[in-house]
Amino acid sequence: MPVVWIDGREVELAPDERLNGIELAARVGIDIPHYCWHPGLSVVASCRMCLVETGRRDPQTGEVQMLPKLVPACQTPASDGTVFVTDSDKVRQARAMVEEDLLLRHPVDCPICDKAGECRLQDYYFEHGRERRRADIKPFHSRKRELGPTVRLFVDRCVMCTRCVRFCREIAGSSELYVEHRGAHEEIEVFPGFPLENPLAGNVVDLCPVGALADKDFLYQQRVWFLRPRAHVCGGCATGCSIWIDQNQDRIYRIRPRENRQVNDWWICDAGRYGWKHVHDATRWIEPAMRVDEEWKSAGWSEVLEELDRRFRAAARPALVLSPFLTVEEAYLAVRYFEGLGEASDIVLGPVPREGEDQTFPGGFTIAAEKCPNRRGIERVVQGVTGRVPLSWSEWLEAGIEADCVWITGGYPSAPFGESDAESLSQVSWLVVQDLFDHPVAARADLRLPSVAWAERQGAYVNANDHLQAFSWGVRPPVGCRSEGQVFWQLGGRKRLYHPNDLLAEMAETLEGFSAARPPIAETGVSLAGQRIEETEVVG
Amino acid sequence: MAAFEPVLLARIERPESHTLADYESTGGYQTLRRVLGSQSPEEVIDEVKRSGLRGRGGAGFPTGLKWTFLPKERKGPTYFCLNADESEPGTFNNRILMEEDPHQVLEGLILSCYATGTTTAFFYMRYEYPLAWKRIGRAIEECYEAGYLGKNILGSGYDLDVVPHRGAAAYICGEETGLIESLEGKRAWPRIKPPFPAVEGAFRQPTVVNNVETVACVRHICERGADWFRSMGVPPDPDNPRDAGSFGPKLYCLSGHVERPGCFEAPLGLTVRELIDGYGGGVWKGRRAKAAIPGGISMGLLTEDEFDCPLDFNGPGRYGCLGLGTAAVVVLDETVEMVDFLHNSCRFFAHESCGQCTPCREGTAWALRILERIRAGRGRLVDLDILLQIGDSIGIIPGTTICGLADGAAWPIKNAIRKFRDEFESYIRRTNPQGYEESEPVPALDWTTH
Repeated sequence: MPVVWIDGREVELAPDERLNGIELAARVGIDIPHYCWHPGLSVVASCRMCLVETGRRDPQTGEVQMLPKLVPACQTPASDGTVFVTDSDKVRQARAMVEEDLLLRHPVDCPICDKAGECRLQDYYFEHGRERRRADIKPFHSRKRELGPTVRLFVDRCVMCTRCVRFCREIAGSSELYVEHRGAHEEIEVFPGFPLENPLAGNVVDLCPVGALADKDFLYQQRVWFLRPRAHVCGGCATGCSIWIDQNQDRIYRIRPRENRQVNDWWICDAGRYGWKHVHDATRWIEPAMRVDEEWKSAGWSEVLEELDRRFRAAARPALVLSPFLTVEEAYLAVRYFEGLGEASDIVLGPVPREGEDQTFPGGFTIAAEKCPNRRGIERVVQGVTGRVPLSWSEWLEAGIEADCVWITGGYPSAPFGESDAESLSQVSWLVVQDLFDHPVAARADLRLPSVAWAERQGAYVNANDHLQAFSWGVRPPVGCRSEGQVFWQLGGRKRLYHPNDLLAEMAETLEGFSAARPPIAETGVSLAGQRIEETEVVG
Repeated sequence: MAAFEPVLLARIERPESHTLADYESTGGYQTLRRVLGSQSPEEVIDEVKRSGLRGRGGAGFPTGLKWTFLPKERKGPTYFCLNADESEPGTFNNRILMEEDPHQVLEGLILSCYATGTTTAFFYMRYEYPLAWKRIGRAIEECYEAGYLGKNILGSGYDLDVVPHRGAAAYICGEETGLIESLEGKRAWPRIKPPFPAVEGAFRQPTVVNNVETVACVRHICERGADWFRSMGVPPDPDNPRDAGSFGPKLYCLSGHVERPGCFEAPLGLTVRELIDGYGGGVWKGRRAKAAIPGGISMGLLTEDEFDCPLDFNGPGRYGCLGLGTAAVVVLDETVEMVDFLHNSCRFFAHESCGQCTPCREGTAWALRILERIRAGRGRLVDLDILLQIGDSIGIIPGTTICGLADGAAWPIKNAIRKFRDEFESYIRRTNPQGYEESEPVPALDWTTH
């Protein structure tokens, strides 16, 4: 086993492990400050903040031979016998000097800078900087310019780490950003007519260690110290990126990627980043409503649930349409409820929105064409519980609807239903639509129930690669809205509150295809691949 | 000294020295013909190693050793980059070689390429040398016509193409990996090492980067042998295990306040005094010298007391300078204000810092600002300590930058202030009698552009 020493501590590495000094230090809880290094990007070793002392330990004598000069930890591999010293006077001096250098021409406009509170320049200054400013350089004003439709550059806050430049070259592959001029006059720039507008552009804002790159959507909306990040999974497409939902009192302010090497690495796409606006849309349904004499009349949940239960138990042929926005637990409860109604019920996979083709970037990141998070999970649940593949929406409609009572679940950010869908459902005697917004099918419903958005759901999604990720709510739904999970939990006669974790444990016990999903689920999720299921044929 | 016959500069006085006909009339390309016909590349490398030839570009790395770093097994092509991006202030020896004797350089280049097994060489010339660009271009054409370049050179079966490439006027392109990046069409930001160019250089292939004067020396080593080369110069310093000795002739560029500036050839080990008095005709206008730059501005400063410093690879280092550099000696006479000298030096480096590593990008700019303020009569004594701290904190020697050019930016600051501190202090006291003792942060001057 390779053994490495860091600040006198002995660390054993796995034989094939390749760590640099920063990663090694992080493993033992030592923070080596750095700006330019990022695990997902190439190493340039140019910010020089991570300078450390290094040496080699002779395996026979135990004698340590130190290098006379400092080296960047990001560029120094931890191999057998390497010795790192990260807390010597020399290292502290070098850090103070780099920090002082970076602040020479920095405007220090923290009070009006969006990054304040999560800025490395700020944090490292308190931790590693000098007590007093010695520089006699008059800081610039914070000149700003637009790099693209979503990103604004505050030129003088930049520390030239070039993370954004490397991201556009290596991960997005579009290379819009480059460094202009030389020396202290350097600036990040785009060519005229070629703005920063690739589908992953927003990541440069997360990558920026200082306040130079700002997301215009988030700019001046909220101080970061008021935000409470909640771990969630993006519902925008079948990739299912791990995300942080930065919220304050149940209002989303921004979405950031959450590192998950098994799904999205460190990135998310802009569609996901800005794909939360529907959550706070003023036109959302916020209370159940029943059609009485062609008029919508609001109703209470307890009254509605009784009516639902009565109608579906009495139905000759009930049908359940499962939205691919439901979590697996919600689908499980729903299918179990419909199975309890008798043999004859139809279990249908709701419309699966698709746009174009899967788009894979040079860095390996994929934006899926399938614009919903959980088709694979729904299919798994239906097969696990019923042993059958769910019918697809178009198959079901084409076959001619024989069901008399239909329950269409939802959570669609924008309705995938058209007038023709509504037409096909005209023979249904009692139609329940649970969703977020009005649409042609809902217009024909007898009962509409306010559902919740993906950011408000709890449970687990299974992405296009059969990777299951469990999560709790990102924000709580508006009062009056209930998730399908809560509704079917109650209809199923379960006591206490909807609790997805217990359900997942139950599913792992009983369902084929979920045996790997025994809680607790790791933050990065668990792969269900290998537990093969048949796929529904989804048409366009 | 009189016994020394110039070798590299032997032909430059001839009226048509830059033409192939004239070069051939003085035995040109005979060495190439002989080597290609009778010696293997390994034998050439051995000869160059035995000669003790060290790179003339500034760092003084042993040339033969550099060539042996190329991997033994190579799948793709190997490239040779001839570094003619001579941008060190005070240096013009490569220009004279390229303008007056381009075929000597090309013969050396072909021999070096043969030794290293390269079939493509890039002639990377700085933008500011239009005559050299023209003459090298013409000389390459002549070589192709005469069969010294191209396929099957002189019937030996060896192929070589030389591609001239003109830089865009940046100091950093003289750094070998900066040069390679620039050659690849990128921003000339030096690469982090390892991998070294010999393993992965231009276009991700093994690459050798050598200076123009170095390959010119290779040509003469091949002609006259390693023993002839070792008969000149200075043997290794027994007290310095890292000194590999300084052998062979060297082109010294002498400029500044001397009577007869110029490029002179002499065996390595000449002292500064011998160069100034013997070759340069002494300090101009009958004045005394105050200081001299030993090898291009980035190598630091020698005071007049230190003029016995021998100009070999080991000498200037013993006097607190960075090294021999390009052996470009610039003489400063007694009237030079050291504050002005340092300001000029810092202005150059602030302008030329490539801006990749924080300490050099910001440090050079800050040093310039401080010196501007001192010259504006608002200097403080504490500024000298800040300048020294900036100087001590940039470069590959403290380990804070990627390339060695940052050390060159730091050295003039360190040498000037450490060796002439009294002068700096009296300047500050004289020009800022009210505030020289101030240690509080002072307001900046208005931003000026450079």
